[in-house]
Amino acid sequence: MSTETMSATETASRPASFASSRRWLLWSGIAALCAWVLVPIYLVALGALGGRQGVYIWPKTGLPTGISLEPFILFLKTEGVVQSFLNSLGAAGITVALSILLGAPAGYALARYDFRGKDSYRLLVLLTRAFPLAILALPLTVSFIRLGLYDTIIGVGLIHTVLALPFAALVTQGIFLGVPKELEEAAWVFGCTRVQAFFKVVAPLALPGIVATAVFAFVISWNEVFAASVLTVRNRTLTAYLLTVLSESPMHYRFAGGLMLILPSVVFIFAVRRYLFAIWGISSK
Amino acid sequence: MANIVIDRIRKSFGAFQALKEVSLTINDGEFVSLLGPSGCGKTTLLRIIAGLETSTSGDVRIGDRSIIGLAPKDRGLAMVFQNYAVFPHMTVYENVAFGLRMQKADDARVKAQVEKAAGLLHIEPYLDRYPNKLSGGQRQRVAVARALAVEPKVLLMDEPLSNLDALLRLEMRTELKTVLQSAGTTTIYVTHDQTEAMGLSDRIAVMHNGVVEQVGHPVEIYNHPATRFVGGFIGSPPMNFIKVPVSNGRVAAGAEQLAVPEDVGNEIVLGLRGEAVELAPLPQGIEMKVRVAEPMGSHLLLTGSIHDQPVRVILPASETVRSGDTIGLKLDRKRITWLSPESGKSFPAVSA
Repeated sequence: MSTETMSATETASRPASFASSRRWLLWSGIAALCAWVLVPIYLVALGALGGRQGVYIWPKTGLPTGISLEPFILFLKTEGVVQSFLNSLGAAGITVALSILLGAPAGYALARYDFRGKDSYRLLVLLTRAFPLAILALPLTVSFIRLGLYDTIIGVGLIHTVLALPFAALVTQGIFLGVPKELEEAAWVFGCTRVQAFFKVVAPLALPGIVATAVFAFVISWNEVFAASVLTVRNRTLTAYLLTVLSESPMHYRFAGGLMLILPSVVFIFAVRRYLFAIWGISSK
Repeated sequence: MANIVIDRIRKSFGAFQALKEVSLTINDGEFVSLLGPSGCGKTTLLRIIAGLETSTSGDVRIGDRSIIGLAPKDRGLAMVFQNYAVFPHMTVYENVAFGLRMQKADDARVKAQVEKAAGLLHIEPYLDRYPNKLSGGQRQRVAVARALAVEPKVLLMDEPLSNLDALLRLEMRTELKTVLQSAGTTTIYVTHDQTEAMGLSDRIAVMHNGVVEQVGHPVEIYNHPATRFVGGFIGSPPMNFIKVPVSNGRVAAGAEQLAVPEDVGNEIVLGLRGEAVELAPLPQGIEMKVRVAEPMGSHLLLTGSIHDQPVRVILPASETVRSGDTIGLKLDRKRITWLSPESGKSFPAVSA
């Protein structure tokens, strides 16, 4: 790419060279951003798959030598890894489902209706983030034990929902505001009930934003370690499990754990990437 | 039968009265425009009829059935929105078919109706496209086709042409008239553009500050405005209003004596359309001081004053008048409207 543009710069006239240098800038920007994301993942993967020796080799070659899945599989076979991975998925699943199911209607109401105390309500939603979890940890633990939610994935999912919900409500509010009201009104006039209009017109147009919100909720839950550590003993999520186990583990185990934390988020975002980009362009203007 | 009766509709937003007891009857198959400046309540009235807004009090009936309180979908009407409101996630075909699909029409009927509507609006080539690939004018056509496809009893249009550029607007106006004439749908058309209203409507309802000031045929409204507001709002240039003294029930206009309605004080307002005059030699005609003369090609536009009050008149392009001239004008007495200086309301036309 760059050699092409270089030769083009030498021969072309001024406007063309302006265009090509713009292109060069664009591609180098893209390359830098990709490297920003991919290089750390690559290094972690290298550490995880390189085995005991690979981690300690010095100087680092940066090349995938001596790669095998064996160390990673060995890591997976360690007691509790797979279970905590599934626990994390479960908690994240609960968080995504609940924060969309509760947050999206709240966001819709904030976007479409005028009601008394709307602004205070919005502030209240954000206030849930004003109390540090560290302060709430003890009372939460006590009441979770009473309710029978202590050391369960549902309990962790609920707490993660609390963390994700304010964002879900406020982000979806912005998304629903982006769907012109006239489209909804047109749907009503042409034979839809309010519910039908929502699912036939508003939901498809808001889908990219809702999916982005889901990704966000997923990542919040997947990365959360404090509440998960405090509220579980045996049913640990992956982050909580790794936090307790990894400090006593060999280096390549830590890398394997890191890779396992990274991969699901990457796969999940990759799977829904289609919905992250507005397919039709919401605006009808 | 789809006549519409709007019966004493009121709408308040807090202390502000958007509509003050508006009543209006629209006959079956008639095209009526709600015309007025922005903020006069015309769009609010349309949205109340559509069911998108609730009225504070009053009733709306379509064909003897009260529709107040019904959901929009149960009112048997279709609507064209100002910014089109074409569904961006559906193809043009699905957009036009939307209303029929909601009525659970079978595929054959949907196809027939969509093709018919698309044919009327000349959008057949775009049926597979998504709206974001269309221009504003084409989207507007889709919006109209979507409304016509359901063969509504009543069609509501909210400033449908105001987002189009001037040339396209003229073209769409003519086309709308052709299409709607053949469809025979009862239509309510909201606009602030008086030429649109004049050109399209069977009758115009001129609204101002939440009140219908006058309802009538475009020419009748143009020639005999019921109020000073209507005369000033309709026509380009607007009607001239000249306050003149009355003596013995007559008003002197140059050498001529014009009869005025009975029971007026010693002053009356003479409402004069700019083109209801012709040049006359000075002692006979009424005197006008011309400040600016603008030859427009098709006519000559003169801005100046009569009795020290600003007026605009239109003369044939063949006349030669220059800026700064003083000229005499003979008034077409059949086309004079007399208005009360106090209330601004016009008197019934006087003979002789």
